[in-house]
Amino acid sequence: MKPSSGPIFDLESVAPLDHDLTKNGIKNGEPLGERIVVSGRVLNENGQPIKNTLIEVWQANAAGRYVHKRDQHDAPLDPNFFGAGRCVTNEEGIFKFYTIKPGAYPWGNHPNAWRPNHIHFSVFGPNIGTRLVTQMYFPGDPLLDYDPIYLAVPEKARQRLISTFDLSLTEEGFALGYQFDIVLRGHHSTPFENE
Amino acid sequence: MNKLGQTPSQTVGPYFAYGLTPEQYKFDHKSLATPVLLDANKNTQDLIILRGKVYDLHGEAVDDAMIEIWQVDQKGEFQTKPHQGFFSIGRMGTGTIEGNWFEFTTCIPAAEKPGQAPTIHMIVFMRGLLSHVYTRVYFEEFKELNQEDPYLKLVAEERRNTLITKKVQDSPVKIYEFNLHMQGEKETVFFDY
Repeated sequence: MKPSSGPIFDLESVAPLDHDLTKNGIKNGEPLGERIVVSGRVLNENGQPIKNTLIEVWQANAAGRYVHKRDQHDAPLDPNFFGAGRCVTNEEGIFKFYTIKPGAYPWGNHPNAWRPNHIHFSVFGPNIGTRLVTQMYFPGDPLLDYDPIYLAVPEKARQRLISTFDLSLTEEGFALGYQFDIVLRGHHSTPFENE
Repeated sequence: MNKLGQTPSQTVGPYFAYGLTPEQYKFDHKSLATPVLLDANKNTQDLIILRGKVYDLHGEAVDDAMIEIWQVDQKGEFQTKPHQGFFSIGRMGTGTIEGNWFEFTTCIPAAEKPGQAPTIHMIVFMRGLLSHVYTRVYFEEFKELNQEDPYLKLVAEERRNTLITKKVQDSPVKIYEFNLHMQGEKETVFFDY
C-alpha cells in the first residue's frame, strides 16, 4: 500500500550549518536568548535506531516570535535568528541541534491562550507510514496544563512529547542540554491513538 | 518484548513555511523537497501538472495547508535520492498561488504492482489537524485498471470519484486537477497507512 522506502537524504542534502540554529541565521551578531542543545535518537518501536533519516525543525525565537510572515505577535524579531534547521540521523539514529530556547507566545484559540515553549519536528523514517510531524516541549512548563494542542494527546502518551534536561548533554559554559527521543510507528502497526 | 510507545503526532500549525517549504515562500533557506518532482530540463514528454485546492467544511480554499506527494516514476521506481532527474517526494504549501492552489510538476506514475492502477500518494498537513491524513490520487483515463485496483475497491463506489483526478487541459501541457474536501458531503476518502 505504500512506497516501501523513504527518501534518502545524505550529507550532500544538508548544509554544514543546517543543524545549528544559533549560527545559520546570523547577519551581524549572535542571536539573543538561552542557547540549548537538543539531541536524541530516532527509533522504531522495537528500539532499533533509524539511521540516515531527515529531521527538520522550526520554532519561535527567544521572544516568542516566528519569522513566518503571518505571525503578527507583538514581540521582536531577532535579526540573527532564523529559527529553522535540519539534520540527518547518524548510524546510531542520533541527531543533534544547537538552537535558542523558544519563547511562549499568545494565540487566539481561547481567552489568554499561550502556547508552551516548543520546537516543531518533521521526521521521515523508513517509509510513508512512518512520516511524523510533532512538537517537542520542555520539562516543567506551566503552560502545558492549559494547552489544547498538547492536551489533545492521550494522557499516557503526553510525556513522550516532553524533552528531558540532560546535564551530560549540557556543554559547559555554552548551552543547556535537552534529550528528546522519537519513536516512529512500524510497518502496518497500530496508530498511536489505540495504544 | 515490550514495544516502545510511539511519539504522538502534533499539528504542523500555521507557521511551517520557513521550515518546510522555505524557497516557495521566498525565505533565504534551501528547500529539500519542492513542488517539482520531474526535472523538465531532462524530460518534457512525461511531464504533467497536478494541481488542486484544499477545501474546508465551509467550502473555502485553505491557504495554509501543506501537501506532500509520494510516487514512483513512470518506470515504477521509487527515486529516493534528490537531484537525479526525478525525486519521488514533492512538497508544497497552499499559500503562494492566488486562489490557494497546490501545483506539482511530475509524471503519471507506473502502477506499483501488477493488478494496481497508477497512484500518487498524497499527505495533507494542516493547522487544526492533530495528525496528517493520507489519500490516493488516481487518474480518470485508467478506467479498467481503476476498476481492479485493490485499494480503490475498498472504497464505496459512490465515493471513489473523490480519489480520481480529471484532466482539465491537454496541451501545451497536461494539467490534472485534484481537489481535497476535508469535511462535509464531498469529503475526500482518507486512508489508514
